[in-house]
Amino acid sequence: MGFSDADIQAIWLTFRLAGLTTLLLLLIGTPIAWWLARTRSRWKGPVGAVVALPLVLPPTVIGFYLLVAMGPNGPVGQLTQAVGIGLLPFTFWGLVIASVFYSMPFVVQPIQNAIEALGERPLEVAATLRAGPWDRFFSVVVPLARPGFLTAAILGFAHTVGEFGVVLMIGGNIPGATRVVSVQIYDYVEAMEYGQAHWLAMSMVIFSFLVLLALYTLNPNQRRF
Amino acid sequence: MTTDHIQARFHLDYPEFTLNVDLELPGRGVTALFGHSGSGKTTLLRLVAGLIRIQDGRLSVNGEVWQDDRIFLPTHKRPLGYVFQEASLFPHLTARGNLEYGMKRVGNAMDGAALEQAVALLGIGHLLDRRPHQLSGGERQRVAIARALAVQPRLLLMDEPLAALDLKRKQEILPYLERLHDALEIPVLYVSHSPDEVARLADTVVLVEQGRVRAQGPVNELFSRLDLALAQDQEASAIIEGVVLSHDDDYALTRLEIQGGHLSVARLDRDIHELVRVRIHARDVSLALDEPGASSILNILPARILEMREIEQAQVLVKLCTGAGEKTPLLARITRHSRDRLRLHEGQSVFAQVKAVALMD
Repeated sequence: MGFSDADIQAIWLTFRLAGLTTLLLLLIGTPIAWWLARTRSRWKGPVGAVVALPLVLPPTVIGFYLLVAMGPNGPVGQLTQAVGIGLLPFTFWGLVIASVFYSMPFVVQPIQNAIEALGERPLEVAATLRAGPWDRFFSVVVPLARPGFLTAAILGFAHTVGEFGVVLMIGGNIPGATRVVSVQIYDYVEAMEYGQAHWLAMSMVIFSFLVLLALYTLNPNQRRF
Repeated sequence: MTTDHIQARFHLDYPEFTLNVDLELPGRGVTALFGHSGSGKTTLLRLVAGLIRIQDGRLSVNGEVWQDDRIFLPTHKRPLGYVFQEASLFPHLTARGNLEYGMKRVGNAMDGAALEQAVALLGIGHLLDRRPHQLSGGERQRVAIARALAVQPRLLLMDEPLAALDLKRKQEILPYLERLHDALEIPVLYVSHSPDEVARLADTVVLVEQGRVRAQGPVNELFSRLDLALAQDQEASAIIEGVVLSHDDDYALTRLEIQGGHLSVARLDRDIHELVRVRIHARDVSLALDEPGASSILNILPARILEMREIEQAQVLVKLCTGAGEKTPLLARITRHSRDRLRLHEGQSVFAQVKAVALMD
């Protein structure tokens, strides 16, 4: 026994999905985390709560509303149709967008915590040493908050690999487009092919363990300031 | 607009705190912003640095406008150096990396001369390859000062750079600050609540009280003004600058020339003609009507009483001036009883007997 072609396809798809999602989340989540960490606006609470919603909601709820929104009559659906992209549900990109929402708190919160822990001072020092805003971000915030960014990337990636409910709601089960590893395992179990299910499931266990091991060894909770 | 002045006008209203200042400061030398914590002196410094942005502010430094109704230069565009209370070195960089951080961004300062000078001035040559956590508190602060100087600022701002250090570390850094004072061509704004630091380092003092400027003037003038808290302190003292005139190795004494007179002090390890600053405490000065013929006291200066003020029930603070031009201020703390017994009054000529002279640097 071993991985079937369908398995390899599912694994490749899963990694592509998780990789893209993580990349997008670092791009989108960092400004959100930056804003949340530093704002004194009264919107901080509401925005923080919305970002954290996926932590408590069943994935089916998120999937359901994204499906409605991206559907033919939803606002996102109408927009995507108007600009000629077509409808997103049951496509790979629909899955990417859903994953971005679903994994958002796992990326935003570690970055936000790291920026909050940094405080205002290093940025002020950099400003008095002629560093402009972008320069300050890349020369001070990124290196000093690196553990936070690393945690964010690993958690975002791992969490996307592990999603199932949202995928079923938004993506269905289309080989090569939306059939990720977790769905593939579900299919094997449905079809009573426990042997195949074991191969994939155990690979997931080992993969997840290695990711978390990397997280805890690369990123021990001690910083020297 | 004058070109060799710092002009600063700021008005800021916080719910619990108002700052309202209109200052003209000298374009060189060390100006101390002196006051209690909470008086607004650090806020003033942060306004000058552009770290706080308010609408109602004007600032020009030696002819360059940094802020007015239309202009607001952000901090990173102001040619300044800033030393924070805590060294605040970047922990991910070595001492050298910290120094180079600002230099790289200034551009034309990469000739290395500025760096070498700053390193030499602060004595940190042997520390450059260390990380901040491998440095002592005093060493960290010295690197931070050098880092601020390495960008060749046109204004140096220092926010209580010694306040976070213990006495020993303070003593370690003060000599370096005094060297800065002598070596720097640029104006320095130095925030402090320590009369001792101000007396040692400042040329000009701005006394800040509750967000307002209470008084401003040369350090020796302000320290001897009887209406200010500085003179009413237990440590009240006059600050006098003098030049080393000669050494007497037999008696281990050094003779200083001060404006219109001389002072003998315990042998100083200074070269002839070197400028020194000494401090004479009011409690170490007593007054006599006639020149004491035989006295163990070394320094007896003819002086004139300018002003007297009762400070406690039994005590009177007397402000005197000595020297030919009567430019050197002195303070004496005597009892009310002595004042009445000697019938002292303003304008009177007396002899000031100085029991001790403390060297400041």
